Amino acid sequence: MEKIVGVDSMEAEQWSEIIQPTAGLFDLKLAEVWRYRDLLFLFVKRDFVATYKQTILGPIWFFIQPLLTTLTFMVVFGSIAKISTDGIPMMVFYMSGITLWNYFAECLNKTATVFRDNASIFGKVYFPRLVMPLSIVVSNLVRFGIQLLLFLAIWVYYLIMGDQLHPNWYLLLVPYLILLMAIIGLGAGMLISSLTTKYRDLVFLLGFGVQLLMYASPVIYAMNTIPQKYAWFIRANPLSSIIETFRYAFTGSGQFSWNYLGYSSIAAFVLLALGTLVFNKVEKSFMDTV
Amino acid sequence: MSTVIKVENISKQYRLGDVGTGALSHDLKRWWYKARGKEDPYLQVGETNDRSSKGNSEYVWALKDINFEVKAGEVLGIIGRNGAGKSTLLKILSKTTTPTTGSIKVRGRIASLLEVGTGFHPELTGRENIYLNGAILGMTKREIQKKFDEIVDFSGVERYIDTPVKRYSSGMYVRLAFAVAAHLEPEILIVDEVLAVGDAEFQKKCLGKMKDVSVNEGRTVLFVSHNMAAVKELCTRSILLKNGLINLIGNTNQIVRDYLLTQSVVNSSNDFINDATSRRGFGEVRFTKIVINNGDSFLDPMNVLSIQVNATVKQSISDLYFSLLIKSPESGEQIATTGLIQLADKELKSNSIIEFEASIPANTFRTGLFPTYFWLGRKGEMAEDNYPYDLIDSVYYLNFSTDKSKEEIGYSSELPGAYVNLNYQINNIQIF
Repeated sequence: MEKIVGVDSMEAEQWSEIIQPTAGLFDLKLAEVWRYRDLLFLFVKRDFVATYKQTILGPIWFFIQPLLTTLTFMVVFGSIAKISTDGIPMMVFYMSGITLWNYFAECLNKTATVFRDNASIFGKVYFPRLVMPLSIVVSNLVRFGIQLLLFLAIWVYYLIMGDQLHPNWYLLLVPYLILLMAIIGLGAGMLISSLTTKYRDLVFLLGFGVQLLMYASPVIYAMNTIPQKYAWFIRANPLSSIIETFRYAFTGSGQFSWNYLGYSSIAAFVLLALGTLVFNKVEKSFMDTV
Repeated sequence: MSTVIKVENISKQYRLGDVGTGALSHDLKRWWYKARGKEDPYLQVGETNDRSSKGNSEYVWALKDINFEVKAGEVLGIIGRNGAGKSTLLKILSKTTTPTTGSIKVRGRIASLLEVGTGFHPELTGRENIYLNGAILGMTKREIQKKFDEIVDFSGVERYIDTPVKRYSSGMYVRLAFAVAAHLEPEILIVDEVLAVGDAEFQKKCLGKMKDVSVNEGRTVLFVSHNMAAVKELCTRSILLKNGLINLIGNTNQIVRDYLLTQSVVNSSNDFINDATSRRGFGEVRFTKIVINNGDSFLDPMNVLSIQVNATVKQSISDLYFSLLIKSPESGEQIATTGLIQLADKELKSNSIIEFEASIPANTFRTGLFPTYFWLGRKGEMAEDNYPYDLIDSVYYLNFSTDKSKEEIGYSSELPGAYVNLNYQINNIQIF
């Protein structure tokens, strides 16, 4: 700004920014998102610190939630309904599913309401809106990380006790599986959040939809215990092969197929691309409709 | 000087009524026109944004064909009545919404303060909130680190910096929030009446800081306010918006005068009173109604002036004072006051209602358009410690006019330029 220019017209078109009614569909401003990365991490820190302020147990609550859910599943599905866990200790079986599932569900639920939850901030200050859903995914990753430690502790315990666990090289795929879960949660969440700014109908569906989706994923049952005629339906859910692969890597039981994982990967990235584009389009004017 | 903001043909259309009823059919129609390469059918319709009259169209133009330029280092005032389009313009400039047509070309980083403390989280400490709020406003962590001590110093809440902000008094909260905002370093700063909070001393500090930013640091500021005195002090050039159109643009003194003259209706409706977002003071008590001489548009200086005031207590308080200030039509400075009048000395529970009438003797005023300043608050030990529950500045105007000649009036009392105490009477204080 300090440069001295004699004639106005000489620098006529050196604008740093042009605000217009509509920008290109693919104008994602990713460079700008990168410039705001500090904000992303401050949001993550905020979520983490604010959730457990004024609690006595603090982050221990991260452990308690999946632990209680696992115990409930063990009683209801394991002992009462007697659904087969494919020879794996019930604790390891359910917890592997729940830990991964929770990550997805949290990402989806929080991202899907991102416009409504943050309308007050979005209405006052501009920053690249993509920062918000990304921060949600990262802050849930922290939470997931802690829960994963709990799962690992339990898994190691059963491993030492000599139960039927056969970890294998597919463990190397675990980070990728987590990434896929994040991408699906983020993509679907952004899609839903964008669609609900104007028409709120999907919000109602989301409330119980995530619950139902869990039953359409191999969280409480093993893939190879499903009757053949329903299998295709479960397979069609891109989350299924991710959860199945995750469990297979840690326990060696279940099924693994590159084809199914490939299908999930494609579905995930398509969802992400679609979600990002729609989100980016809606983000500019959502304040008028939310 | 070079142009840093160039606004070209900016318009913004809003659809009235509820989103949802009929919105889908309009969306489909819009899409259908677009798919055939035709122009959006709803852009053809729409009326100017005159709030008080009933329109025929579902669509209104909150802004229509706005064009102006801002030079580097300039402080531009934007004034207009509620609903004139000021906030819409700011929202477009700060990118929280998009224009319907037109474009704005900008050179440099814009930071907007449409509200202080955006994103403050009550559970986080002052320190954590400085970082979070700074980042939301566009600073990097490093920039904040560098400015951190300055921010804390400016806010004057050093002692509480590691305490969650939910434990702060509302004054401390605002101080901290403004301190962060004041230390942004954008080339262009957009300010929307954020000065409207805090005590008199802090407001002065804020105005000083804004002046400093533009004069000494050469930054461009767009300033929106109802406070004509502040606009006059800060801005050399202003824009007057009316019903979404630029009514006037030019020298601030001239425009402020014109603006005040257009406010010829004394009781400029009670819209402002219901509009919580543009209100000042901390909100323990709120004015709910102010009626001057039963709503007459023109006041006769030879008659008694009577002002009916109603207020509601929102949070219980231990004492309550009222004050009325009259400002000079020319300079906007305060020229007369009733001083602090005690309305209650016992505890008032929330939801209590206070009604009273203030009257000022005949022949106190000359003709002219006098801005007023209504104040409800708590008396401090010193004048600087007076704490405002609510204040309404330069919204109600006393429009004294007469068809009698000067000799006939024979001014028994002239309002001089100096600060005088008004004679007044408070009648019928009623507390429910």
